[in-house]
Amino acid sequence: MTYIARAMMLTTVLALAACTNPDRFGSGTDAGSGANSGAVVPGSANDPASPSYFQQTVGDRVLFAVDQSTLTNEARGVLDGQADWLMQNTDYTAVIEGHADEQGTREYNLALGARRANAVQEYLVSKGVANSRLRVVSYGKERPIELCSDEACYAKNRRAVTVLAAGLSS
Amino acid sequence: MLRFLTLIAAFWILALPAQAQDGPLRITIDEGVIEPLPFAVPEFVAENAAAAQMAEQIARVVAADLTGTGLFREIPEDAFISKITSFSSPVEFADWRAINAQALISGAVSTGSDGRISVKFRLYDVFAGQEMGAGLQFDGTQDGWRRMAHKVSDAVYSRLTGESPYFDSRVVFVAESGTKGERRKRLAIMDYDGANVQYLTDSSNIVLAPRFSPTGDRILYTSYETGFPRIYVLDVASVGRRALENQPGSMSFSPRFSPDGQTVIYSLTQGGNTDIYRMNINGDGVQRLTNAPSIETAPSFSPDGSQIVFESDRSGNQQLYIMPSSGGEPRRISFGPGRYGTPVWSPRGDLIAFTKQSKGRFHIGVMRTDGSEERLLTASFLDEGPTWAPNGRVIMFTRETQGAGGQSSLYSVDITGRNLKRVRTETGASDPSWSPLQE
Repeated sequence: MTYIARAMMLTTVLALAACTNPDRFGSGTDAGSGANSGAVVPGSANDPASPSYFQQTVGDRVLFAVDQSTLTNEARGVLDGQADWLMQNTDYTAVIEGHADEQGTREYNLALGARRANAVQEYLVSKGVANSRLRVVSYGKERPIELCSDEACYAKNRRAVTVLAAGLSS
Repeated sequence: MLRFLTLIAAFWILALPAQAQDGPLRITIDEGVIEPLPFAVPEFVAENAAAAQMAEQIARVVAADLTGTGLFREIPEDAFISKITSFSSPVEFADWRAINAQALISGAVSTGSDGRISVKFRLYDVFAGQEMGAGLQFDGTQDGWRRMAHKVSDAVYSRLTGESPYFDSRVVFVAESGTKGERRKRLAIMDYDGANVQYLTDSSNIVLAPRFSPTGDRILYTSYETGFPRIYVLDVASVGRRALENQPGSMSFSPRFSPDGQTVIYSLTQGGNTDIYRMNINGDGVQRLTNAPSIETAPSFSPDGSQIVFESDRSGNQQLYIMPSSGGEPRRISFGPGRYGTPVWSPRGDLIAFTKQSKGRFHIGVMRTDGSEERLLTASFLDEGPTWAPNGRVIMFTRETQGAGGQSSLYSVDITGRNLKRVRTETGASDPSWSPLQE
């Protein structure tokens, strides 16, 4: 949450006021109410330079098949958008979080989450994002966003999420 | 806490003829016990008024230790014909034979004005009409009374089974609170039976998989306190801790001590690839042990320190491998259907415990070190992370229930597959690591 908070402060005070408290572990599916209203509120989901826009419109996450870290065509499409956004908004760095579903042992899932995060990092770098702006971390199965013990939930938990952070200092 | 151990001279010897019984009273666990051995443990004799409450509690802890193994059955007090009112009086064996108590434990407790207590006990083979081994006395502080009870149980267990014991031991684990989507984790330590819980960290960061040092004085674990998983070592007495591995841009996890306590083996992830490394406990002398594009993790030393068992998905899915402790060509030991992970070498050296995942179920199992004689001991929605009792006879592990309300708790099971039971904890619990037997 601190990364997001710092990113918000870096943009504008308005952005803070308009932000809908992005939850980095939340579903992130709220597309924002003013998407088509015309007036662009800086920092809101319809400001293309805002983290909210990155999360909701570009899409901050990609999903993986069981025990896989290969990027699907759909994932590559999302990551093309992320790469474009990151190259236009150079004030931001990102931490790519890799996650696994609960169907695996703890240590293996940490390693699997790292593979997934790394696949995203390598793809973004291949599209021109500076490697120095990206860090990876794996949470294994420690941070599920969907809680049921069915494939419907597992599919959403096998993810890599690109979490924006402010500045190049970190 | 237990300053010394004294033998009590046997005051008398009963010259009763041995009853019809094949040899001394002995329960053999190898064959899997069908009929638990009946025993009686009357309230210990309070040798002064202040010792009364402890005399009762200590006998209860001894009874719980023994019955908890599944190898012994307690004969309830209301069946008793005679009472033990004096530690030194002769035992009326006929009265204990009449209620079929094959083993009898008598004991006495006295307290001193300095806050110390003495606990002594004798073990009798009722049908042979004689004492088994010499009486023992343990001296310690009053707040250590449970440990003294466990020491009594350990001595009784050893004499009756011929096995080394495990009751005077502790377990470090991850105490869990909050719902599945808001899980909070902190390190905790407790007696093997769930008593005397003490928290070692707060829950502000994710902590994972604590592991005891071979002497039980230090704990290795993984914490996210920098935002990235890193290995820490914690001193149990002072609760002081320090980071061990601090390579920027990497993640380190799954640490374990070498049998001499001087070396740590662990997993390090760089560029998405996880391999096994070793380093000295002071953090220097880092050496890479595996070098493959696959996942290599969950390493565990053999008790003699010469080999390491670990898991790798180099074959396409998780399997178990053994390599020399300095690295080198691994040999695969698991070949059954499904995935094998989290191998842990038994303190006896003969078996490897593991987690197996097959057809959507999880199992705790054991196999010999060459992979033969695989035995699955449990089955559930999610069992994982075995740890060995100090005597290599019992395994504790994490069991997590299914669904949005899923919770983790600790369970134990004998290596025979018998006596599966939950270890009581006041919160959710995962990732247990069993200490060695305490001195």
